[in-house]
Amino acid sequence: MAENTPLVIRGGRIIDPANDVDRVGDVLIDDGRLASVGEVGAQLPLGAPRVIDAAGRVVAPGFVDVHAHLRTPGFEYKEDIASGTAAAAAGGFTTVCAMPNTDPVLDSRSVIEGLQDQIERHAVVRVLPLAAITCGQNGRQLVEMVDLAEAGVVGFTDDGRPLADTALMRHALEYARPLGLPVSNHCEDPALTAGTTMHEGVVSARLGLPGTPRQAEEIMLGRDLLLAELTGGRYHCLHVTSGGSVDLVRRAKARGANVTAEVTPHHLTLTCDLVAGRDDPVSAILPPYDGNTKVAPPLREQVDTERLLEALRDGTIDCIATDHAPHAVHEKDIEYADAAVGFSAFETALQSVLSLVHAGQLDLAFAIRMLTCAPARVYGLPGGTLTPGAPADVVIFDPDEETVIDPSAFRSKGRNTPLAGLPMQGVVQQTIVGGSVVYDRAASAPELIHAG
Amino acid sequence: MSDFTRDEFVEVLDTAERMHAVLERPIRRVPTLRGTTIANVFYEPSTRTRVSFELAGKNLSADVVNIAASGSSVEKGESLIDTFQTIQALGADIVVVRHSRAGAPELASRHLDCGVINAGDGTRGHPTQALLDLYTVRRRLGDVEGRKIVIVGDILHSRVARSGIWAFARMGAEVVLSGPPSLLPDTMASLTNGTGDVRIEHDLDEAIEGADVVMALRVQRERMQAGLLPDLREYARRWSVNPARLQRAQRHALVMHPGPMNQGIEISPAVAYSEQSVIEEQVANGVAVRMAVLYLLLTGEGRR
Repeated sequence: MAENTPLVIRGGRIIDPANDVDRVGDVLIDDGRLASVGEVGAQLPLGAPRVIDAAGRVVAPGFVDVHAHLRTPGFEYKEDIASGTAAAAAGGFTTVCAMPNTDPVLDSRSVIEGLQDQIERHAVVRVLPLAAITCGQNGRQLVEMVDLAEAGVVGFTDDGRPLADTALMRHALEYARPLGLPVSNHCEDPALTAGTTMHEGVVSARLGLPGTPRQAEEIMLGRDLLLAELTGGRYHCLHVTSGGSVDLVRRAKARGANVTAEVTPHHLTLTCDLVAGRDDPVSAILPPYDGNTKVAPPLREQVDTERLLEALRDGTIDCIATDHAPHAVHEKDIEYADAAVGFSAFETALQSVLSLVHAGQLDLAFAIRMLTCAPARVYGLPGGTLTPGAPADVVIFDPDEETVIDPSAFRSKGRNTPLAGLPMQGVVQQTIVGGSVVYDRAASAPELIHAG
Repeated sequence: MSDFTRDEFVEVLDTAERMHAVLERPIRRVPTLRGTTIANVFYEPSTRTRVSFELAGKNLSADVVNIAASGSSVEKGESLIDTFQTIQALGADIVVVRHSRAGAPELASRHLDCGVINAGDGTRGHPTQALLDLYTVRRRLGDVEGRKIVIVGDILHSRVARSGIWAFARMGAEVVLSGPPSLLPDTMASLTNGTGDVRIEHDLDEAIEGADVVMALRVQRERMQAGLLPDLREYARRWSVNPARLQRAQRHALVMHPGPMNQGIEISPAVAYSEQSVIEEQVANGVAVRMAVLYLLLTGEGRR
């Protein structure tokens, strides 16, 4: 893919939060790395450089997603490495962290190496796996954390299945501490979530759907944060969803715990009202009890989205992560109680985050920070910057262009999104990984990718 | 139920009156729906509601088929949608659905062109029960507006309550909910979004004061196992509709129960079989109301 040919991205608004850059200029990529960033009318290298005209567009570090489900191995009908990374690229992501709740679970070096082999062969963006905390996510026996760390995993989590055993969570944090890798947990107290399908409140009462209170999350998160204090372990809070969770994270940080937190675009922008449907004909109609609104932890209320946004702005929450969770249609278009949880989010995350920018609730450069160097820092990953010399992972997007969310055009196999048909703003033009253009809107042909 | 307007309630109730007249004839059958097919698809056992829909259809000369399905999509391996599309392909004009999952009728109606009637979905709703309750009260007491309706029991898990609260509130009644807080969350008072007069009074002795209607709901033993109740003895002491409590209500007060009853628990036999009880009438009225619903759906254009 001609990655050795120099590439010039011309005249875009370069926003590189890691280096406090926000200026119009050119980006020069040579030999897969960033050669110069920000010079106007940079001297063209010899040879025949490729040129991308980025006038009127934003040029930013490729987005980093520290929470995604690529479903491989075992659930390739939901997503595989090729479709998942194509979707990531289409969403502007150049690095994604793959969650280990696969089949088999990513709990041993051999499974990780099998996955790395697939990544090598099929991925168009960088994929970094996490490993489970317990073997088979059984909640009883710790995985070989040292061996897995040597194999290259970037963290440990039983995400999808809460680790309920308090002693085991303590020991995981202790054992992983010298590795410096974050341990994270899907915080929902299983006793409080049993049989529930959505956030507990007036909407769940009306819909007759058993609900889970915020406290189901807060009880387990509070426990984990106290254990992080106890052990000095490195703990990362997955998808916090409530104002109460924000208070807990803030308190733990103030007490010196080594903790970080992420929030998803959907928990920042959507509420549980959506489960009752959306009948606004100006935007998109969504029927009540649509499985595409089901996610865990569930969508909450406006009071929560406001608190989450405030926490993101003040640094209590460290970054945005998509929790991309593709599912097949037959797992979503069924009885609500039986529908699978999660949204296909790679290809809507930017638009969701930009909706907050357009509403004046987030600054554009800050939003980009939350999608780039901030998540990279949480997991200690390379990338997320446009520092000269770094690998050329770049996204070029138009933050204002209007688009309608069309799941049938997704690169992801998962079309499960509650945003289908919604007019939104933000269109990715090109995504570049290591100097190679891995997504180009102009050349996109999703039909071909999905054929067969 | 929530999207019914007051006028729509009145239309159904007035139509039910006309259907009632049919039921009082020597031959209880009119040819109105001849040539149409009604499929009763029940994923949960229910003699009362199924037979009621069956008789309602037959009284209107429709062909009625009963399909006892079991399990959810996941348990069964055949999706709900496939089952319903098959039934539609077989020629059903209306599908009557009873299902253990809230929202199953919406799921069906999203994928079907024929009419869908909700005959009870999970803990969510039971609209024809609410209509027949409304009808029963109107026949006995005249206007529903301004009447004090007390609903007592396991409100949290009750589809009858969820639909009934909407129906009575929209018709202008004062709705008072009673029961132990573990079975009656505060959110139930906000069910109607601030429209109508709905409030919670956990103490049944207080709640029942001056009531025009007292509706007891079934309490299931599973609630004890789930830790929501200590035992049924204490429940009966505090929340059973018994003669002493009924004294506090209006002298003309009606006693209702959607059935099946746990006698001695949520209602005492002395009350269930008293002059004030309209429990059997509810069952009989159910046929007239369901005839009205089938008639309006098949001859009009509404869809529920």
